[in-house]
Amino acid sequence: MNNYQEMWRTLGLNMEAHDQLLQVLPPTYHDVYLTQANRPQGMEYFDFVVNEIHGLRIQELQEHKKAGGKVIGAFCVFVPEEIVRAAGGICIGLCSGVEIGTAETEKVLPRNICPLIKSFMGFKLGKVCPYFESCDIVVGETTCDGKKKAFEILNDYIPVHVMETPHMKKNRDRRLWLEEVRDFARVVEKATGHTITADNLAKAVQEVNNKRRALQRLAELRKQDPAPISGKDSLLIEQIAMYDDVARFTAKVNALCDELEEKIKAGQGVFPRKTPRVIVTGTPMAIPNWKVPHIIESSGAVIVAEELCTGLRYFENEVAEDGQTKDGLLENLAARYLGINCAVFTPNTGRMDRLLQLVEDYHADGVIHCALSFCDPYAVEANRVEKTLKQHNIPLLKIETGYDQEDSGQLKTRVEAFIEMLG
Amino acid sequence: MYAGIDIGSRTIGFVVVSGGQVTYSSIADTGFEPLNTAKNLLTGKYNRIVATGYGRHAARSAFAHRVVTEIKAHAMGAVHIFPSARTILDIGGQDTKVILLNEHGAVIDFQMNDRCSAGTGKFLEVMAAALGYPGIEDFNAAALAGDNGIKISNMCTVFAESEAVSLLHRGIPREDIARALHASVVERTAGMLRRIGFNPPLVFTGGVANNGCIITLLEEKLGTEVLIPPDPQLVGALGAALAAQNDSAVG
Repeated sequence: MNNYQEMWRTLGLNMEAHDQLLQVLPPTYHDVYLTQANRPQGMEYFDFVVNEIHGLRIQELQEHKKAGGKVIGAFCVFVPEEIVRAAGGICIGLCSGVEIGTAETEKVLPRNICPLIKSFMGFKLGKVCPYFESCDIVVGETTCDGKKKAFEILNDYIPVHVMETPHMKKNRDRRLWLEEVRDFARVVEKATGHTITADNLAKAVQEVNNKRRALQRLAELRKQDPAPISGKDSLLIEQIAMYDDVARFTAKVNALCDELEEKIKAGQGVFPRKTPRVIVTGTPMAIPNWKVPHIIESSGAVIVAEELCTGLRYFENEVAEDGQTKDGLLENLAARYLGINCAVFTPNTGRMDRLLQLVEDYHADGVIHCALSFCDPYAVEANRVEKTLKQHNIPLLKIETGYDQEDSGQLKTRVEAFIEMLG
Repeated sequence: MYAGIDIGSRTIGFVVVSGGQVTYSSIADTGFEPLNTAKNLLTGKYNRIVATGYGRHAARSAFAHRVVTEIKAHAMGAVHIFPSARTILDIGGQDTKVILLNEHGAVIDFQMNDRCSAGTGKFLEVMAAALGYPGIEDFNAAALAGDNGIKISNMCTVFAESEAVSLLHRGIPREDIARALHASVVERTAGMLRRIGFNPPLVFTGGVANNGCIITLLEEKLGTEVLIPPDPQLVGALGAALAAQNDSAVG
């Protein structure tokens, strides 16, 4: 690993706390990822990206900034990356999946709040995230009350632009959202000093669509039995999708898919044929939150799909590429993003229909609903999911958990019992 | 000779079966070295050993051939004793579980308490000590003799302990507080059973099934008979032993 100390210092990181964070990651990564059997060769690239998570990628962002480019951070799959790219900026996902800076955070946030919100605030207040420290602005959204209010506080430490995501999908909500997307385009133009045109926007739409298509291709291959890739590896790729270079990432995912297609032809997989197949749904699992997937896949099941924001919700529908004008493309963008089945919407029947479809398409034996503690939208919507799946006799396990490891034993018992029930 | 061992937080149960019949059983306090306690319970030669309970994976690395979860083990054990069972309530040292079975005795759904010990055996032990009863049996007997009338509102073990102590200071008779503490466990347990939509016959397993006061209050609350196996603490180990026997029948 290169020596990035100087870069981190220049970014103003708290070096001591940052060292501690980096010391936690490698052993966890080794245990969770590198001990998996029959891993595809193509995972080497993604291992490399994680290994360089605070190194090479940050260096790239710094070089981009030195050349006059801007870096915009986002917390949610509702923020249109295409707009940032069209204006020559780099968009990176910032959500955090590890408990950090708790004492600092509890000075500004209540103790009992969703761990994801607590974590991003902790990363900022603790000055341990070089991505955060590389951002010129960050973009929030109103997808839940906790985030909405936390962004007001975060704005004390870094400029935050908040997009109002509607909570229904009526025509007037579509109009509101389109206005928000147009506003965002203006904000980005001002921040970057670049005008968004029909041409650069069309190009950005195509590039991000290509990333989505690569991820869709990977998702499609996971319908096979034996599964050609583990759910943990797939989740990792989906997590990396949010911050890696778009073109390079797309090429690497496609190369991995080429390899997986060969394996499928040869009848090879990472788990034996007939391994119980599970779909995970619920709150996003920000990197490095791999707790529940690790428990599931070390208890004798394989995860075949993630109905999560760090999963299908991020890439399952594309932006129509047929817009001739800037405004036409912005309309296409707004329409694509409003198609996301986030639990913030009421009603959110799209998510129920999608889950049923996924269970059928992926030949899943059961569904595990995983909500972060204090995540009201998903924890409450679990009831709708349960009702829908019960009507179709699909086994469901509901879990609510945070980023701590205290409940691992308990979770393992519940997950194992669920898998025994499927078998 | 097939052995099942249930390594729980409070006790370790050991059962040996042969031809579907229990030929030997024993039980020991878990202590501070669970694996050693477990190994000391193994007294003979067994064709196969299956482990369950929180220590099951440690046992798997040390001596057991396979693991099953407590949920599956209790289901197998309870159905062996009461073939018509449709719901199992297991209250152990740190966990409460409700398990629903279909007409063939297979698990179709289950619920577990969250990570805290509210309403479990540990809760009752802490309360017995807080009220100064020498043993859990004295505490149960006192609760049976106590009057209804007061209510414990905290389910958190530590908060409920403070609440019990402050009631003592207010001069409330000890038996009545004991009664209220038992009632609060039953309240919580009945809530869990109703949430999952339980069907009779209901079998009650785990150490707390030895508690006569809990059984009485639970039957009153639910309006249904509760079936208690002869050794409720050994049902998990019995299920594990039966799983070991089934393994060899298959392969």
